[in-house]
Amino acid sequence: MSAPTPTPEAQSADTTAALPADLQDERLIASQGVSGFLRAFLSRLRSGDLGSLPVVVGLIVIWGVFQLANDAFLSSRNLVNLTQQSAATGTIALGIVLVLLLGEIDLSVGSMSGLSAAILAVGFVGHGWSLPLAILAALASGAVIGAVYGLLYTRFGVPSFVITLAGLLAFLGLQLKVLGKEGSINIPFDSGLVKFAQASFLSDAVAYVLVLVVVAVYVATRLRANQRRTAAGLSTTPVVALAVRAVALLVLLGIPVYVLNRDRGVSYMFLLFVALVVVFDFVIRRTRWGRSVLAIGGNVEAARRAGINVRRIYVTVFVFCSTLAALGGLLAAGRLASANQGSGGVDTNLNAIAAAVIGGTSLFGGRGTAYSALLGILVIQSISNGLSLVNLGSPERYMITGGVLLLAVIVDSLSRRSRAAHGRA
Amino acid sequence: MTATLSPATTAVLSLTGVSKRFGAVQALKDIDFDVHAGEVVALVGDNGAGKSTLVKTIAGVYTPDGGTMTFDGKQATVSSPAEAQHLGIATVFQDLALCDNLDVVANLFLGRELYTGRALDEVTMEQESWRLLRQLSAKIPSVRIPVASLSGGQRQTVAIARSLLGAPKVVMLDEPTAALGVAQTAEVLNLVERLRENGLGVILISHNMSDVMAVADRVSVLRLGRNNGTFAVSQTTSQEIIAAITGATTNAVSQRAARRESSPATTPDGTPSTSEEQS
Ligand SMILES: Nc1ncnc2c1ncn2[C@@H]1O[C@H](COP(=O)(O)OP(=O)(O)O)[C@@H](O)[C@H]1O
Ligand SMILES: [Mg+2]
Repeated sequence: MSAPTPTPEAQSADTTAALPADLQDERLIASQGVSGFLRAFLSRLRSGDLGSLPVVVGLIVIWGVFQLANDAFLSSRNLVNLTQQSAATGTIALGIVLVLLLGEIDLSVGSMSGLSAAILAVGFVGHGWSLPLAILAALASGAVIGAVYGLLYTRFGVPSFVITLAGLLAFLGLQLKVLGKEGSINIPFDSGLVKFAQASFLSDAVAYVLVLVVVAVYVATRLRANQRRTAAGLSTTPVVALAVRAVALLVLLGIPVYVLNRDRGVSYMFLLFVALVVVFDFVIRRTRWGRSVLAIGGNVEAARRAGINVRRIYVTVFVFCSTLAALGGLLAAGRLASANQGSGGVDTNLNAIAAAVIGGTSLFGGRGTAYSALLGILVIQSISNGLSLVNLGSPERYMITGGVLLLAVIVDSLSRRSRAAHGRA
Repeated sequence: MTATLSPATTAVLSLTGVSKRFGAVQALKDIDFDVHAGEVVALVGDNGAGKSTLVKTIAGVYTPDGGTMTFDGKQATVSSPAEAQHLGIATVFQDLALCDNLDVVANLFLGRELYTGRALDEVTMEQESWRLLRQLSAKIPSVRIPVASLSGGQRQTVAIARSLLGAPKVVMLDEPTAALGVAQTAEVLNLVERLRENGLGVILISHNMSDVMAVADRVSVLRLGRNNGTFAVSQTTSQEIIAAITGATTNAVSQRAARRESSPATTPDGTPSTSEEQS
C-alpha cells in the first residue's frame, strides 16, 4: 500500500484510528497514493475544473504549428525574442488578473502604461531627473490613478468598466499632453533602463544555479509541509508524487533555460516579470489579502460579513493593477528606447486583457492564478511572433488573437457551467 | 440545562425597547428580548414580522433607532458585524453567505485566517477545521473541496461551524432548516442541541413549529414588528404559539391543531408529543 501512513500500526485491523484526520470519512473516494492523485486529477478535469490545462494545450499546439511552418520559430534566438516581447505586456496582464479575480476590469491599462512611459521620458530626458526619481514618479502616477479608481468605485459604486473606460480616454489625452508637440522622446541607449530592458541577461551558470535553487526550495517547502501535516495528523503528499513533481519542475525550468542560454540567455526583464508572477501567486494563495480578493470575487456579501474590509481590498487591487501597468509601460519604453504617442496603444491594452483571460483567469471573478498572466502572454506573443516569421502581419494577428480570446472565454463559460453541474462552482 | 429557565441567572444578551424603521415601514417597535447561556430561544413570526431585521440589528448590520442592548451584563452598542463578532455574537444569516469558490477551510477561517510567519497556516487551519466539525459531529467528507460541492445541510453546517470559531457566547441562526430535507433538518437540529450543551445562548429563527417544539426552551413571538408573547416550550402548545403568530385565537391551523390534540396520539396532559423530549 502506498498510503502515506505515519505509523506502523496503520496496518492493523483498526484502520480508521490510524487514518489521517482528513481521510476518515467513508464517503470520501480514496485519493491516496500515486494512482489516487491521478484519479483525483482526472475527476477534477471531468467536472470542468480545468485550471491551466486548456492554455498549456493551446500553447503546445501553437508552437507546434509555427515550428512546422518555419523551423526558426523554436530557435533559441527567437525564443529569447519571445521572452523579451512578453515581459512588458505580461506585467500589465498580471495587474489585470488581480482585478479579474475581484470580478472587475481595468480597460485603461494601455493608456496607463503609455502615460507612465511619457512621464519617465519627460522627467528623465526632458527635465534631467535621475533615473530612479523618474521611475518612481512614473510608478507613483500609476498608484495614484489606481487609488482614484478604487475610491470612485467604492464611494460612488460606478462600475469599474465605466470608470476605467473614462480613464482610458483621459490618460491617453494626458499622455499626449505630457509628451508635448513632438510626440516622441528617445531614451538614451546608455541609460540604465534601456540597458536593463535590452541587454541585461543572466550568465549561463547563474541561470542554472537559479533553477536548482528554485527546485530545492520547492522540495524543501513540500517536505516541511508534509512534516507539519504528519504532526497535525493530516494526510501527506506521497514522497513518490513529490519526487515526480520535483523532476517535472526541474525539466520544466531546466530545458527552457538551456535553450535560452544557447542564445543570449534569460533576460533580467523576463526574470523580473516571472518573479512578479511568482510573488503574486504566493500573495494570492497564501496571504490574508489574497484570500480576501478571492472571497470578494466569489461572494462580496459573504466577504463583507466575514469582516473583510472590502473597500480597502478594492482600492489596493486597483492600485496594484495601475502600478503594474505603469511598470509594464516602463519596461516597454526601455525595450523600445523611446516613449511616444503610440506607447501603450490599442495593442498593449487589448493584449494585456486578453492574456489574462486566455491564461485561464475567469471573467466571473474569484477564480484564476497569477500564472495565467505568464501563460496568456506567451500565447499572444507566440501568435504575433510566429505570424511575422511566416510573413503575415497585423490583419491576421488581430483576427487570430480575437479567435483565441473568444475560444478562451467560451472555455471559461463552459467549464463554469460544468462545475456548477458537478458541484464545483 | 437546569438553570435554563431560572430567573436567577442574568441573560447573556438582552434587548429593551428596540425599534427600527425603514422609511415608512416600522419594522421593529419596542422589542424586548433576551437569551440566557445554555438556552435555545426560538424567534417566530409571520413573514415580514421583523425576525430577520431583529437578528440583523443584534448582529450590527442595522443600527437600531432606539432601545438598549446589554451583553454579558454590560450595555453594548454594535455598529458593524465585525464588532458584534468581536463582542461574542455570532450570526448565521438566512443566505449563509459562503464563498462557493473557496474550500471549507477557507470559508471557516475567512476574515480571521491563521498565520505562520508571512504565510497562511493552512495546516493548523485544516486541523482546527476537522476538530470543529468533529465536535459538532458534522458529516463533511473533505474540507479541501469547494463549498459549492456540498449539500444544503453540509453548507448550513459549515456556516454554523464558522460562527463558532470566534468562541461566541450567543449564536443566531436565521431559518437554518428552511431549505433542507428531513435528514438534513435533523442534522441541523442536532447541531443546535450541541450548541446548547456547549453553554451557548442560541437564537433560532424558524417557520417550522415542529423544529421549534423539538429544540427550543422558550419561544418569543413577533407580530407586525412588536412582541406578541413569550412562551416556555414545556408549558405551551404549538397551537398557542400559532395563535400568537397570526394574532387570532381561532384560525384554520389552530383549529386543526386543537382537533389533533384531542386525538389518542397525544400525551395525557394534552401537550404535543414533541415536547416530551424536553423533560
Ligand atoms: N433593508 C430593508 N429596507 C426596507 N424595508 C425592509 C428592509 N428589511 C426589511 N424590511 C421590511 O421590514 C419588515 C420586516 O422584514 P423582515 O425582518 O425581513 O421579516 P421576517 O424576517 O420576519 O420575514 C418587512 O415589512 C420588510 O419589508
Ligand atoms: Mg426573514
